[in-house]
Amino acid sequence: MADAASIRARPIRIAIAGNPNSGKTTVFNALTGLRQKVANYPGVTVEKREARLAGTDITLLDLPGTYSLSARSPDEQIARDIIQGRVEGVARPDGILVVIDASNLERNLYLATQILDFGAPVVIACNMMDVALARGMHVDCDKLAAELHTHVIPLVASAGEGIESLRGALAHLECRCDRARPWALSSHFEDAVQRVAGVIRPTHVLPDHAVRAGALLWLMDFLSAEAGGRASAERFLKRLPLQAADLIQAMASDLAAHEPDAASAAIEARYTWITQIAQRVVTDTPGRRAATRTDRIDRILTHRVFGLVIFAAVMFVLFLSIFSWAEPLMSLLESAQKGLAGAVKARMADGPLRSLITDGMLAGVGAVVGFFPQICILFFCLAVLEDTGYMARAAFLMDRLMSRVGLHGKSFIPLLSSYACAIPGILATRTIENRRDRFTTILVAPLMSCSARLPVYLIIIGAIFGDRSLLKAAVMFGLYALGTVTALAMALVFKKTLFAGPRPPFIMELPPYHMPRPWALVRTMWDRSKLFLTNAGTTIFAVCIVIWAMSYFPRLSEADASAEAKTRLVRLDPAHDADAREVILAAERLRHSYIGRLGHLIEPAIKPLGFDWRLGIGILSSFLAREVFVGAMGITFAVGDPDLHADALRLQLATATWPDGHRVLTPIAGISLLVFYVLACQCVSTLAVVRKETGSWRWSAFMFTYMTVLAYACSLGVYQIGWRWLG
Amino acid sequence: MNSLHRPLSELALGQTGRVTEVTGPAEIRHRLMEMGLTSGADVRMVRIAPLGDPVELQVRGYRLSVRKSEAASIFIETA
Repeated sequence: MADAASIRARPIRIAIAGNPNSGKTTVFNALTGLRQKVANYPGVTVEKREARLAGTDITLLDLPGTYSLSARSPDEQIARDIIQGRVEGVARPDGILVVIDASNLERNLYLATQILDFGAPVVIACNMMDVALARGMHVDCDKLAAELHTHVIPLVASAGEGIESLRGALAHLECRCDRARPWALSSHFEDAVQRVAGVIRPTHVLPDHAVRAGALLWLMDFLSAEAGGRASAERFLKRLPLQAADLIQAMASDLAAHEPDAASAAIEARYTWITQIAQRVVTDTPGRRAATRTDRIDRILTHRVFGLVIFAAVMFVLFLSIFSWAEPLMSLLESAQKGLAGAVKARMADGPLRSLITDGMLAGVGAVVGFFPQICILFFCLAVLEDTGYMARAAFLMDRLMSRVGLHGKSFIPLLSSYACAIPGILATRTIENRRDRFTTILVAPLMSCSARLPVYLIIIGAIFGDRSLLKAAVMFGLYALGTVTALAMALVFKKTLFAGPRPPFIMELPPYHMPRPWALVRTMWDRSKLFLTNAGTTIFAVCIVIWAMSYFPRLSEADASAEAKTRLVRLDPAHDADAREVILAAERLRHSYIGRLGHLIEPAIKPLGFDWRLGIGILSSFLAREVFVGAMGITFAVGDPDLHADALRLQLATATWPDGHRVLTPIAGISLLVFYVLACQCVSTLAVVRKETGSWRWSAFMFTYMTVLAYACSLGVYQIGWRWLG
Repeated sequence: MNSLHRPLSELALGQTGRVTEVTGPAEIRHRLMEMGLTSGADVRMVRIAPLGDPVELQVRGYRLSVRKSEAASIFIETA
C-alpha cells in the first residue's frame, strides 16, 4: 500500500454518496470530527461539506443525499456531476464511499449499483445493521461484497460501530475497474450504449472507465421526455464537439423510435438483479416484524383528528419560536447597535464619516444581524423537524391543501415561516426538489405579512382609527388575511403561467422516526446560519450603505433650509431647545437628500393612491427594512425619536395636511397605505436572498416588479373607489 | 391464482398487491420505478392522509408516499 500512496501526486479525495436518511451525514461526522468546511456549490444552494478523514490527508466530500443519479433534481445533478468530475472547481473524486441502509437494502442498492457502474474505486458502508436486525433481517456483508465485487463494511454509525474498519478501508482504496454489468439491457439498448460510448470515448469528456456508465445515464436522461432529464441530456451535449453531439443525438432518437420504453426496461432489469442479490445476502432472523415503533407513532401523528391537531400545535410552536422567542435576542442586538452608535456619536464630531459609521455601517450590520436570531431559530426548528422525520409527515398532511393552489406539501412550512420573516421562509424552500414549485413558493413568500410590517400596521392603524380597539383588531386581521389570500392566488397564477407544466409528482419517502441528536442539530443550525451571514449578509450590508448615502447626500447647510423651517428655528430658544433644533434640521436635510427629492419626484405617481411626498419618503426608506418607515416618519414629521414619541407621531400623521388644508391620512388613504404595505416588496434583504437562492438578480427584479405593480394597482383601486364612494 | 389487474389507488387499506405495470409520463414513471415500484414488487396500502390524499405505501421494506393520481398510474394484481 505504501507504493500506491507514494504514486499519488495529490491528496486523495473521496466523495460520500447515499440515499437521504441512510445516515450518510452521521457517517461523515463520525469519520471527520468537528473540522468541516461548509459552503454552497457554485450557482446553486446545495450544501457542500468537506473535511479531512481524521488522522490522514484524505479529503472527504459529502454529496447531497439522492435516490438515483438520473439528474432530475439539483441534488442529483450535483451528485452525478461530481462523480463524473464535471463541477468547476471540484476535482473528480479518486474514490466513492456509498452509505447504504441495511434495513432498506433494495432501494439503497439502486444508487449504489449505479455508482459502481462508473468503475471508480468504491467502498460501501452498510449502515444501520442494528435497525435491520431489529426488523428481523441480517445482512451478510461478506456475501454482499462478493456479489458487488467491492468492499462492504458493516456499520452502526450512530453508535460508532465499524467506523474504524471503514477508516481502514478508505485508506486502502483500490480500483476494481473490471466490473462487468451483471444485468442485461435489451439488445437495442445495449447496442445504443456501445455506440454512444464509442463516440464519447475519444472526446475524453469522461474518464475511460466511466464512459459506458455515462453513456447509459445519458441515454436514460434523453429517454425521460420531461424537462429535468432532457435539460441534463442537453447540457451534456454542449460539452461535446458538435459532430459528436449530433451523432449521439441521432443514436438516441433512433433508440427512442425503436424502443420508446427502453429506460423503464433498464430500471426493471437493475431491480430484478438487486432483488436476487438481496435474497442471497439477507437472512431472516427472529425479530419484531409486526408494528414498528414508527408505525405506532404514525398511528397518532397522521391520525385523522389527533394528527391534524398535533400538526397545528407543532406549527404554532414553530411560528411562536420565530415570531417571539427571537424577540429578546433581537432587541438585545438592537440595543447593542444603538449603544454602539451612541458611543461613536459621543466620541466623534458630526460629519459624513460619523453618519456613515452610525447610520450606514452600524445600521447595515444591524439589518443583517437583526435577522440572525430568527434565522438561527428557524434553522434549528427545521433541523429538528427533518432529523426526527416529522418534516415528511408535515408535507404528507398538508399536501392536499397546498395542491389546491398547485403547490407541494413541502411549501407549507416555508410559507408559514414567512409570517415571521420572508427570509427564513425563502431559505426553508430548499427542501422542495421541484424547481417550479420552489420558485413559485419563493415568489409568493414575501406576500405573507412578516413581523417587520407589524410596527407599520400598528402606527398607521393607530393614526386612522384612534382607540376603536375592535375595529383596529378587525383591520389587523384583514391585513394578514389579505396577504395570505393574495399569496395563494398568486401561487395559482404563477403555476398556471410562468411555471406552467405537468403537475410535478408527489413521491416522498416517509422515513422511520428517529431521536434527534442535539449536537447534530446545533451543528446543522450553525452551518446554515453561517452561510446566511456570509452569502446574503454581505449583499444586505452593501445595499444598506447605498440607501444611507441616498438619504445623507447631498448635504444641506442651515442657511439653505426652507423659509418655514427658518422661522420655526428662529422662534426656538438656542439655549434650551438644542434637541428641537436638531429635529427640525434633520427633517429639512432628509427632504433635501436624494431620497427626499425622490419622494417629491414620485408624488405625482403616488398622489392617486392618496399619499403625499412625506409618505413617499417613508415608502422609499422602507426598502432598507419596513420598520424603518416608522423612524423615517419620525424624522419627516419632525417629532424626533418615534420610540419615545409614538403618540406624537401618530398625532402628526393623523393631522398632517395637503397644501390645500385637506387631511392627508384620511381613513381611505390610510387603508390604501396599509394595502400598499401588505403587497409591496419593500425589503432589500428579501431581494438579496432571492438572488442568492435563485442564482439570478432577474428573479429578484421580477419579484420586485410584480409585487410593486400589484400593490400600486390595489392601493389605487382602494383609494379611488373608496374616495368616490365615501367622499 | 385469481388475479385482478387494477390501479393501485383502488387497493383497500392494509391490502397488498403485486405491481404489474407502471404507466404515465416517462419522468414520473421512471421516478416511481426507481423508488422500487417495478413489476413484481409487493406493495401494501398502509394509510391515507387525513385530508384524503396522498397515500402511504409500503414497498421493498420502506414507506413511500404518493398522491392518488400517481397511485392510479400504477397497476397491480391481487391474489
